[in-house]
Amino acid sequence: MKISIQKYYYGDFGGEEKASGEEIKKTTEETAWPLWEIFIRSKQGLDHKHAGSLHAADAAMAMQNARDVYTRRQEGVSLWVVESKYIHASNPDEAGEMYEPAVDKVYRHPTFYEIPDEVGHM
Amino acid sequence: MQSENSSVNTEAKKIQTSKVPPSEGFREAFLLHLADTTLILTQRNGAWCGHGPILEQDIAITNITLDLIGQSRNFYQYAAKLINESSLAPSPVEKAGDEATEDSLAYLRTEREFKNLLLVEQENGDWAQTIVRQFLFSVYQYFLFEQLQNSKDDQLAAIAAKSLKEVTYHVSWSADWVIRLGDGTDESNERMQKAIAALWPYTGEMFMQADYEQGIISEIHLLKDRWIEKVKTVFEEATLAIPENIFMQSGGKNGVHTEKLGHILAEMQYLQRTNLGAKW
Repeated sequence: MKISIQKYYYGDFGGEEKASGEEIKKTTEETAWPLWEIFIRSKQGLDHKHAGSLHAADAAMAMQNARDVYTRRQEGVSLWVVESKYIHASNPDEAGEMYEPAVDKVYRHPTFYEIPDEVGHM
Repeated sequence: MQSENSSVNTEAKKIQTSKVPPSEGFREAFLLHLADTTLILTQRNGAWCGHGPILEQDIAITNITLDLIGQSRNFYQYAAKLINESSLAPSPVEKAGDEATEDSLAYLRTEREFKNLLLVEQENGDWAQTIVRQFLFSVYQYFLFEQLQNSKDDQLAAIAAKSLKEVTYHVSWSADWVIRLGDGTDESNERMQKAIAALWPYTGEMFMQADYEQGIISEIHLLKDRWIEKVKTVFEEATLAIPENIFMQSGGKNGVHTEKLGHILAEMQYLQRTNLGAKW
């Protein structure tokens, strides 16, 4: 005689897998527009800085969305958009060997001479 | 179209029997037409706030709407100035008991006094219909302001020149969506074609010259040619067809509206009409 035991949770109508939210997560990932990272140059002569991210179907739409979401308070004069999947980030777990060796090497900082005012932003 | 109750008829009579020679109020009427049109589209688009298909587009349509209310305020303020300086005494002044202001013109005028285009009072419908309405209107506004920025009226020219930059973006944003949805899936194409069929009868009015537009818009046929050329180009890219041999509705410019405007005004003006002068 075969006995199968099914556990039910509160609000659960489709077995454990469904109740875990895995299925919902999957469909959102499949249907949502890709994520884009937005970089804004706040004025001429300055670098583009990361401002945030947003969803868009393609680069043209990402550009328009970035204009509407991130530059409505005169934040910028130029925009870059990059699909987030093309950004490769360093691993936080490797932060020790990556960055800490630089901590005690103060002589590498360009702080031992004065920059003339005329140079402006560097 | 127009409901036949007695108060509306009195309003209509008052307009017709005005002692002021018609040409004297032309500039004021034209400004009110521009202001009303942008205000009603603001009210319509504003309903999308918090309900856009995705966050980014919710912000986009709301941004456009903020541009429109800005334009509308500029036109109302200028109209109020001219009305107060002239011998004209339109009903909002009488009702409010003092000078015309941008608020009295927006909140205390009746349906028959609103001169907005019929196109902008049409329902939001789905995203496709909102996009089509915005596109058809923004392209019209673009070519209109392009003409008006050379107006002999300095103030009007300045408002048009400032607004033109905003409208240029509205055209590019809405054209982009027309192409996306038209050339998208079967369903999006079908919805766009349905929206075009619903709105097209209200486009003819833009190019039927009202009395008060004479002498201000000099070449309305040129406006139409440019408009149709741009619409055709974008629709072609979007694989959408332009309806042919459609009867064109008109009347909005002269205060004869579809039944929808009454509902918009009832909602928009309720607070000011029940609590005159209320501020927040």
